[in-house]
Amino acid sequence: MAIRERLSGNEAVAYAIKQINPDVMPAFPITPSTEIPQYVANYIANGELDTEFIPVESEHSAMSATLGASAAGARALTATSSCGMALMWEELYVAASDRLPIALALVNRALTGPININADHSDSMGARDSGWIQIYAESNQEVYDNFLQAYPIAENKDVMLPIMICQDGFITSHGVENILLVEDELVKDFVGEYEPEHYLLHPTEKMAVGPYAVSNYYMETKRAQREAMLQAKRVILEVAEKFEKMTGRKYGFFEEYRMEDAEYAIVIIGSAAGTCKAAIDEIRNTTGKKVGLLKIRVFRPFPEEEIAKALSHVKAVAIMDRSEMFAGTGGPLGAEVRAALYQAKAQAEVVNYFYGLGGRDITVKDFMQVYDNLEKIATTHEVSGMYEYIGLRER
Amino acid sequence: METRYNFKEVMNKPERLAPGHRMCAGCGGTIAVRTVLRALHEGDKAVIGNATGCLEVSSFMYHYTAYEDSYIHNAFENAGATLSGVETAYKALKKRGKIQDNYKFITFGGDGGTYDIGFQSLSGAMERGHDMVYVCYDNGAYMNTGTQRSSATPQFADTTTTPAGSASNGKIQIRKDLAAIMAEHHIPYVAQSTFIGNFKDLYTKAEKAIYTPGPAYLNIMSPCPRGWGYDSSELMTICKLAVETCYWPMFEVVDGKWILSYAPKNKLPIEEFLRPQRRFRHLFKKGNEDLIAAFQAEVDKRWEELCNRCE
Repeated sequence: MAIRERLSGNEAVAYAIKQINPDVMPAFPITPSTEIPQYVANYIANGELDTEFIPVESEHSAMSATLGASAAGARALTATSSCGMALMWEELYVAASDRLPIALALVNRALTGPININADHSDSMGARDSGWIQIYAESNQEVYDNFLQAYPIAENKDVMLPIMICQDGFITSHGVENILLVEDELVKDFVGEYEPEHYLLHPTEKMAVGPYAVSNYYMETKRAQREAMLQAKRVILEVAEKFEKMTGRKYGFFEEYRMEDAEYAIVIIGSAAGTCKAAIDEIRNTTGKKVGLLKIRVFRPFPEEEIAKALSHVKAVAIMDRSEMFAGTGGPLGAEVRAALYQAKAQAEVVNYFYGLGGRDITVKDFMQVYDNLEKIATTHEVSGMYEYIGLRER
Repeated sequence: METRYNFKEVMNKPERLAPGHRMCAGCGGTIAVRTVLRALHEGDKAVIGNATGCLEVSSFMYHYTAYEDSYIHNAFENAGATLSGVETAYKALKKRGKIQDNYKFITFGGDGGTYDIGFQSLSGAMERGHDMVYVCYDNGAYMNTGTQRSSATPQFADTTTTPAGSASNGKIQIRKDLAAIMAEHHIPYVAQSTFIGNFKDLYTKAEKAIYTPGPAYLNIMSPCPRGWGYDSSELMTICKLAVETCYWPMFEVVDGKWILSYAPKNKLPIEEFLRPQRRFRHLFKKGNEDLIAAFQAEVDKRWEELCNRCE
């Protein structure tokens, strides 16, 4: 029987870590992810967990030590947010090219400039080209479930890539929700033991990690990483299926909410999907208008064809970005979903919105306005520009 | 730990840095690595770490490694943190019965990767008490990118970012004393050495560093013929002059106790060390005598401080 609990998103991740009992966790505090290493350190202090915790002196060292531990043959992880991830940047690429199945509990927070501690996706979106698998969550339940699936995906021999399990800072990380926890024994069986093929401390084989690769070899390592990402698409679905058998909770590349007959769709990532669902129910109940939502769970690898297919029947799409990319056009999700639709020769009109930067609230009413706008666009076939803002102050 | 030293025996131990790497002829860094690794007891396993630098790009070029042991290079500024992760993984896996063998952990960085960009990572690793040795092969500049100044570069040295010219006498600042800073971390073992005589000093210190439980730091002056501007065959002479002028004192700090390893009977004037090197050529132009006097004063001051600490 699943265990009923009330936990914050950070506590849920820490609880998953306790159940997985990884070998090594280096971490450095940063709001809003600080609680994760705090909970872990407490579990260890109370004898509930025997993971080796390394209280490093920076996030760069957190990822460097995680990488060293993983290369040595340990199941390793760290947690961070925002500038912490920015400081790890260089190491993200090294971890991916070294093909180390590291897990990163990322609590999304706006990057500094000006300093801001609240949720947006500028940290992980900036790292979208680093070679990490990226999985996002709407709720505490999802971030817990995603974390349990992290190692089975990353450590699959056809994948061997680092994975970041993302949740929205404060909104889910500190918000307490009802949650169903999986029993320890089931988690143990589901995640399994880490048995790497090659590692520094292998008893019969030596290994060298992190070579200098001249142009004769570099390109092939990138091609190999791409292949691993493609394999990850298959493995993510296989692991989700196994997870569903264990818990009854179904996961895929994305969630389609009332999309079967939808004419107007929103594409979004993260916690704001919950608010969007409330708007959809309200609109459908009061007006009968056919509105739906496509909530992206897996952003890397990017399920391009699947997204295009899911949107093939809609008249207009609003793609909602919680981070800027300063191209002067739209946001990263907007660019990629647009490309997917173009490639699939989709007919839908598309508009890209910026919302929620630096933790700006988005409401049910905001989403209702977006659907109104989509209806207008579908009728007039006139999109005012590449992007729009939601909730931007006039002055 | 007193160890018997027999040069012939030591030199006949199997090499743990295989020949065929791409380091320059006469490179001090390579000699530092070979000497330190030779101090590992035969049969003992080790994981070798490495900061980005000459050593890394020349000894592990895909798909050849010169290391007989497991080896990890990560990036420029994180050799300390990376090896601390490896060492912690060892503890974790050993505790859980997943590995049986005993390992030693040794990481190498140049002075750029150690004194400068890797300073924080090194300090953190030492403070946390990982059972590892951090070895700096100090050649006094960023040699891999073409002799740019570091905080280990001596004052007045002509480097590509502190060029000597009509309005410049080379590097303005005096060098950082990293061995002392490491000693102030109160770790069990810190030593400074270079290549002298039959290598007993460096070998013995490396052995102590490796076999002392807890963190240890070794600072090894490792001359670079290209960056310093002397003939590669003169390596041992340059090292001897550095020690005999007290430019590069050899000492160790054992559990906080400072011990001088060698005091020259007749301390040579600093010109003896400076003159053979192209990077100090401008100091010998007429009118620059005061610069040499300033260099001498700094050497004297530091030597005196060190002697006081060692009493």
